[in-house]
Amino acid sequence: MLAYVAKRVTLAIIVIFTVIAAMFVMMHAVPGDPVRSALGPRASEAMIEAYRIKLGFDLPIWEQLLRYYGAILRGDLGQDVISGTPVLRVILSQLPDTLMLIAGAMSVAVIPGIYLGVVAASRRGGAFDRVSSVLAVSVMAVPSFVIAIYLLLIFSISLGWFPAIGAGEGVAGKLQRLVLPSIALGLAWIGYLSRILRASMLEVMAENHVRTARAFGISRRKIMHDYVLRIAILPTITVLGMGIGQMISGAVFAEIVFGRPGVGKLVYDAIANRNYPIVTGTVLVTTTFFVLIGLIADLLIAFLDPRVRNVITR
Amino acid sequence: MSSPAEPLAKTRRKAPKSALARLVSDPLGLAGLVLIVLTVSAALLADFALWDPAKLNPVNRFMAPTGLHWLGTDNLGRDLFSRVVHGARIALAISIGATALSLIVGLVLGILAGFGPRWLDSVLLLVMDAMNSIPTVMLALLLITYTGPSLWAVVLVVVLVNGPGYARITRTHVLALRSADFIEAERAIGARFPRIVFFHVLPNILGPLLILAAMDIPIVIGIEAGLSFLGMGVRPPTPSWGTILFDGFSYIRDSVWMVVAGGLPIVVTALGFTFLGEALRDTFDPKLAKR
Amino acid sequence: MMKSAEPVLSVEGLSLSYDTPHGELLALRDVSLTIGRGEIVGLVGESGSGKSSLMQAILQLMPGAARVTSGRILFEGQDLVALGPDGMAELLGDRISVVFQDPMTALNPVLTIARQMIDIQHRRKESRAAKRQRAIEMLRRVRIPDVESKIDRYPHEFSGGMRQRIAIAMALMAEPALLVADEPTTALDATLEIATINLLRELQQEIGCAILFITHHLGVVAELCDRIDIMYAGELVESGPVGPVFADPRHPYTQLLFACDPAQIVETTRHLPAIGGGLPDLIDLPEGCVFAPRCPRADDVCRMQRPADHSAASSDLVRCHYPQAPRLEILP
Repeated sequence: MLAYVAKRVTLAIIVIFTVIAAMFVMMHAVPGDPVRSALGPRASEAMIEAYRIKLGFDLPIWEQLLRYYGAILRGDLGQDVISGTPVLRVILSQLPDTLMLIAGAMSVAVIPGIYLGVVAASRRGGAFDRVSSVLAVSVMAVPSFVIAIYLLLIFSISLGWFPAIGAGEGVAGKLQRLVLPSIALGLAWIGYLSRILRASMLEVMAENHVRTARAFGISRRKIMHDYVLRIAILPTITVLGMGIGQMISGAVFAEIVFGRPGVGKLVYDAIANRNYPIVTGTVLVTTTFFVLIGLIADLLIAFLDPRVRNVITR
Repeated sequence: MSSPAEPLAKTRRKAPKSALARLVSDPLGLAGLVLIVLTVSAALLADFALWDPAKLNPVNRFMAPTGLHWLGTDNLGRDLFSRVVHGARIALAISIGATALSLIVGLVLGILAGFGPRWLDSVLLLVMDAMNSIPTVMLALLLITYTGPSLWAVVLVVVLVNGPGYARITRTHVLALRSADFIEAERAIGARFPRIVFFHVLPNILGPLLILAAMDIPIVIGIEAGLSFLGMGVRPPTPSWGTILFDGFSYIRDSVWMVVAGGLPIVVTALGFTFLGEALRDTFDPKLAKR
Repeated sequence: MMKSAEPVLSVEGLSLSYDTPHGELLALRDVSLTIGRGEIVGLVGESGSGKSSLMQAILQLMPGAARVTSGRILFEGQDLVALGPDGMAELLGDRISVVFQDPMTALNPVLTIARQMIDIQHRRKESRAAKRQRAIEMLRRVRIPDVESKIDRYPHEFSGGMRQRIAIAMALMAEPALLVADEPTTALDATLEIATINLLRELQQEIGCAILFITHHLGVVAELCDRIDIMYAGELVESGPVGPVFADPRHPYTQLLFACDPAQIVETTRHLPAIGGGLPDLIDLPEGCVFAPRCPRADDVCRMQRPADHSAASSDLVRCHYPQAPRLEILP
């Protein structure tokens, strides 16, 4: 088990290092002075000089890359070129709002997704199955920012049920303003989860051990819950892990449409202000977050599935 | 096992319905086809629209739909219907073009990874893993920070996002083929690499790849519209559904029509391609259905 | 073997079809079979002979497209066909139990053995501890070593032979009146097969249950069973006590079967080496005897008329127009 964890963690680290290297290459690939292109046109001459010295841009290229890694590992993602604040601090101040939005979207997606998947699988080919399958595909197809705008238009502007803009004050205010963005972001995942779960339920239901359970007169309910869902839920965890990571993409739009603070809004504004260190910093932080969530999902499966757990232990 | 399937094999080969007939007999396929025909004809016939999509008309700003302006006008008095049908042209051109390019890039990378030396395979896999680890929108924003917003930037983003997926499938297939006896035999008699690729790899992989690509088209349309919505894709005055939607969003309290005009075509095409993709997959490749 | 007048199971004139897109597939046609109390009956046949369809019908675990078109399946006087799913669920795992073919997949992979053996005792109103104790005792009876520590493990931590013994323990825990064993030893190697069969016989004698032993292994039937039933293309072609049937098989198919390979029917090929042709199309059956197209002795009567069930000196049932005909001359 420990060896598996170590292997999986190493892989995650290698991926993150590769991403950092890719960003470094990108900075150099752009024609012109790499320092200027890294910091953007708004950076002062003093900042550019300081950055040049810090990363040693007169040194050989591989040494520059090492210094680049060193700075990032120390948590130094550079400075906000407008305010001078360290980038990491700016991003961390915005992260909680985004995480809250993702948590909200997940709570919208998980329970209906699992419910629809289970019911569709147990009534395979029936009317419920067909209708829910078309609905699932539909919500997956429509981009979340279109859903976000229409939700805003219908429930906030026309009906006035929810306040439109901002993160809100106090628990009630925050929750109230979380509803629509969470639905906008989570709706597609109801579709994804239900489809994945339905497929894996059907696969498990065809396995021999389910027939054994039936041959012992165990009730259908108990078979579905204890014998089928318990196995079928495992691939869903992987999808959920990927989903949490990919929701960062959707969050950018949800935050802009609903005027919420968060890393999505941060990076959007940073591009508009040509505040490049914020952009690269945010990309790095969200990518790390994405990789970490995927890692956690994999480890969770290894922990939950005795087959994997034991194979790994040996 | 006395499976009833065995004696069936003989009778199974009854006159097969034509592919199109099977597709149309599936309600989902038919719906998809109708929606796509709608979008495609809008794109093809865009030049016959009553109004110039770029013509400003300050007098007629924020008009609700009328007999002359079927979807109303926007904040600059431009005809929304005309902008939407010209937007269809952009959306389809970018999504089909970018998907085709992603397919080519994916095929080349996959064949390189599959036939090439091990180190190349590992490096390509790692780079593709890294690319897929960056959330799509973040990757797009990072690239566009350096390249500046343009139609080509959108294409580049699509290739980087979708190419690795096609490459992976190609690679898996090539690896399976590589060890197949008949390839070994061909190599032994001196068959050249391009011959193996053209006669064995492509015919086998192209069908499933094309179905996957068809299913990816709504995603690509979403990327284009999304980036244009953020002001990082197609630049004004070129009409794009994303920019129409963003303009509508800016004036959402003044005019509902702009948001409807910008969003509805995205919904229609996304559903159309997705329905068609589902139906295609069920009709031609039931094995893929588990994906 | 102790036997009593009333059979545990009696299948009477059972016909079963599958609805397929190409028509009605007649998987079982007029099959009758009885199993006496405490009797071990071997059911043999090639792939596609209908033995699995018959098993599924007896257990009422048929696929959705299957339909019983006529006949009854009487278990202790109760017609299982008319019983319905709830009534059947009451019997399964209590009065009727099953051991399935593949021990590697027959147990749930993510639940411990203890959990699964407790779950199947769902009819007992006892504490979990008592059920667990009962499971431990049963596992001891099938000679799982070191039960106390192993019972909390998962199926994949046991070997194939061990898993099959666990499956047998689960099936016999409720002391059923009938055990259906669906090729329980096919997936095991020869030594394990003998050990498993000895174990099964031993437990059968202690519990006194009847066993329907489905196999393609004729040697096992000769070794273990009291009676043998031979199926071909959805029909029961011959039935009788093991000794006499093996000594003097009456149906040409049985004769060819025994001659081809006295120990084993080769499951992978549907063509017996000595008999030309394959199984008939069960959607579009030949007019006369179902075996006629492959039978060396078939004449016009065979090709035109369905044979009735006859009895002969050695066999209780022979579905052939000429049950008394001299045995076929079969060249090796």
